[in-house]
Amino acid sequence: MEILVIVLAGILIGASVYLMLSKSLLRIIIGTGVLSHGILLMLLTMGGLKRGGIPVLDDSVQSYTDPLPQAMLLTVIVITFALTAYMLVIAIRVYKELGTDNVEEMKGVPRDDD
Amino acid sequence: MTLIHFAILLPIIAAVFIGVLYRYYKKVHLGWFVLPVPVLIAAYLFTLIPTVSNNQVIFESLQFMPKIGMNFDIYIDGLSLLFAILISGIGALVVLYSIGYLSHQEKLGNFYVYLLIFMTAMLGVVLNDNVLMLYLFWELTSISSFLLIAFWFNRERSIYGAQKSMLITMFGGFLMLGGFLTLSLITDTFSIREMMDQMPAIQESPLAPFALILILFGAFTKSAQFPFYVWLPDAMEAPTPVSAYLHSATMVKAGLYLVSRFTPLFAFSELWVWTILLVGLVTLVWASFNAIKQDDLKAVLAFSTVSQLGLIMSLLGVGALGVHSGASEQVFTVAIVAAVFHLINHATFKGALFMIIGIVDHETGTRSLKRLGGLVTIMPISFTLTLITSLSMAGIPPFNGFLSKELFLEAMFAISEADFSVLADVSVLFPILAIVGSIFTLIYSVILIRGIFLGKVQPKTPKEPKEAPPLMLVPPIILSVLVVVFGLFPNLLSGTIIDPAAMGILNTAEPLNTEISHWHGWDSPALWATVSIVVIGTLLYLFRNTWMPVYRLGSKSLSINHFYDQGLIYSSLGAEKITDGYMSGYIRSYLVYIFSGFTVLAVITLINTDITFDWSTTSEINITEVAIMLIILASLVAILITASRMVAIIMFSVIGFSLSLLFVFFRAVDLALTQLAVEAIITSLFLLAFFQLPKRARHEERRRFKLNNMFISVAVGAISIIFGIAAYSNRLFDSISQFYIDNVYDLASGGNMVNVILVDFRGMDTLFETLVFGLAGLGIFILLRLRVNKKGENEYEEHA
Repeated sequence: MEILVIVLAGILIGASVYLMLSKSLLRIIIGTGVLSHGILLMLLTMGGLKRGGIPVLDDSVQSYTDPLPQAMLLTVIVITFALTAYMLVIAIRVYKELGTDNVEEMKGVPRDDD
Repeated sequence: MTLIHFAILLPIIAAVFIGVLYRYYKKVHLGWFVLPVPVLIAAYLFTLIPTVSNNQVIFESLQFMPKIGMNFDIYIDGLSLLFAILISGIGALVVLYSIGYLSHQEKLGNFYVYLLIFMTAMLGVVLNDNVLMLYLFWELTSISSFLLIAFWFNRERSIYGAQKSMLITMFGGFLMLGGFLTLSLITDTFSIREMMDQMPAIQESPLAPFALILILFGAFTKSAQFPFYVWLPDAMEAPTPVSAYLHSATMVKAGLYLVSRFTPLFAFSELWVWTILLVGLVTLVWASFNAIKQDDLKAVLAFSTVSQLGLIMSLLGVGALGVHSGASEQVFTVAIVAAVFHLINHATFKGALFMIIGIVDHETGTRSLKRLGGLVTIMPISFTLTLITSLSMAGIPPFNGFLSKELFLEAMFAISEADFSVLADVSVLFPILAIVGSIFTLIYSVILIRGIFLGKVQPKTPKEPKEAPPLMLVPPIILSVLVVVFGLFPNLLSGTIIDPAAMGILNTAEPLNTEISHWHGWDSPALWATVSIVVIGTLLYLFRNTWMPVYRLGSKSLSINHFYDQGLIYSSLGAEKITDGYMSGYIRSYLVYIFSGFTVLAVITLINTDITFDWSTTSEINITEVAIMLIILASLVAILITASRMVAIIMFSVIGFSLSLLFVFFRAVDLALTQLAVEAIITSLFLLAFFQLPKRARHEERRRFKLNNMFISVAVGAISIIFGIAAYSNRLFDSISQFYIDNVYDLASGGNMVNVILVDFRGMDTLFETLVFGLAGLGIFILLRLRVNKKGENEYEEHA
């Protein structure tokens, strides 16, 4: 199972790179989102999957799934959320100001300067 | 921290107070407050002479950065002491002279602070045993020299000269550092003393020639040897006290110091010996030849300085030859003694000459030979001083220059007769080159005397000429007196200063007992050489109009200066081209660099590492989970191929929600909950942004563009998979998770481990995470609501 998940994570990461290299702002943002999904899966798998019960103390449970990756990934999720929202707003702003969402066309002197 | 360390650092400490003092107190010329510093240091150094001339060395260690072997270790033998005395002694005279030279209107604060920094730097160079510290101070001299040359920084020539000197000397200095590091690779120490103890190791090392060449680069650039001398004439844009001090008496001699210091270490190599000897002689002839055609008085002196440095360098070469061949013959010792003696003499007569030229410039307003003449009646004292010092420079008895020039010629004759396998055929050239150089030296010395003081009075000087004030005359008078005294009684110096210094260069403890005499008998070749120099020189001077056109030969585009200027232009153009080549301004390019770099590094690591894969500990495959993963894959494909933004957004949400489902299966309930909430909000955010964004999700892309991207993505994906599996299979450390599982209740009284880790064990991290979150929110608000209006003011938008 772990190998499968790692392969899926790798595919997500590869696809996210492809998305980020494209010209459209929206695709770039989605790309970063997909990248973080891939990394989430990858890191979670590193600790081993389904090695015990849910990591909540219970006297009847002998072993627990590794809680440490989960705790860190929680942080990842939240930060990614902030990042995505922020990038989205930047995209909106950029589109409003420059009239394009094509990053190839954005290079040059900003209109304010001329 | 001993008294010696303090003496070295005293100028730079004083610089702080001088700088502050100048801001608040300008009634008295700042130079008077600076003057005690070099005087005190010189007085202190004089007290060390008895110790050092008794063949004792002084070693004081001070830990500075012991971890990297960089210690402020002071080592004083005759050689370092000689240089240190020159630095502080000439320094005192120059400061005194500058009081008359620089008026109150100049930026005196800057001048003296730079000068004091230089003093510390230069003392640090010559008194250090640690090569790293030596390099540090070495570059500090370059920096202070740069600042002093650019003292009148609104003149274009000053800036050009400053930049040129900086670039050339720092180029050499950097190579020199490379040489030092190579040496320390061989010997595993940064101390020159300890390197000397490991001489056999250095001689056997194949790296030694590299170290040697690199160090010579440092010495030749600093001491303005051919072909690096070009910076020195341009450095003459500095105020004259600076030229007299840095660019004649002290800083340019740092290269000579370096060569002297490393001669015992490198003299085993023929490369070292012959390079120094030949470069020195070529510099001597070429620079003295060029000095004649100059019109600017300071340019004459600059070329003269270069040629004299070449002379001393070639003498060091002869001395090194002695160490090389192991023969303790008199001739080699004579060469070293001559080098040390001429070093002292040059500092006296050239320092004085610079000061007098400064006086002439100061009092007449010009330095052009064409506009000067006949000043002898108006400036009799300056004339007398010029006569003494110029004749000393030309090697006329009874002045000190004659004695060292005589020793120089003697050494050159001896070397041509000695039998050496390499260059044996051309060794007859050495005395010839020496004589030719001396003839040119005589000619420009005469030109100086004749051009300024004799001949017709030129009425058109910018200022009415008059004799200089006593304050400016005292320092050159002191130096000229020394010229005469050393000329008449050379053995005042030989036992006290010259011998210890020569022994330092030869790295020997045997006393030399040098006796410098004026008369070597009728059969001395040097005598006849001197006679012929005077005769031929006088003849050439008298008929100079017939051969001066020689200087018009040769194309300007072949000159070293042209080469330097073009090099500067092309290197900046080249740098611009290279930078423009990869700094495209497109974010995609930078991402491509990052991902390609990642791929390349990863592939290199994979090739060089022995990676094992271990499949045995995986958990069983669950059909439901596989199904969810397939959904994720399908959505991913949809995102990649769709042109509709709606589809892209929805498929992105599908991935997110499927992920939270997977988390449930993977026993990560907290993750699942969070992911669910976050995904819901992100989806709604995307939908909110929907109206603001363009209709199409993607742009036309060329096939090549797509293929490139695909290649990079596949590479990154594949490497992530390989690394993921490798990391999963190999566990180098035990996990620290068990600590949390064991202590979650005892230490934090909580049951949910993930929660407890977040809010308790790693509470600080979570706090800052909240901060990041808040900042992002603030940023979003600002981006949405604030904008710059046409007047350039911030404007608040009610409805974004």
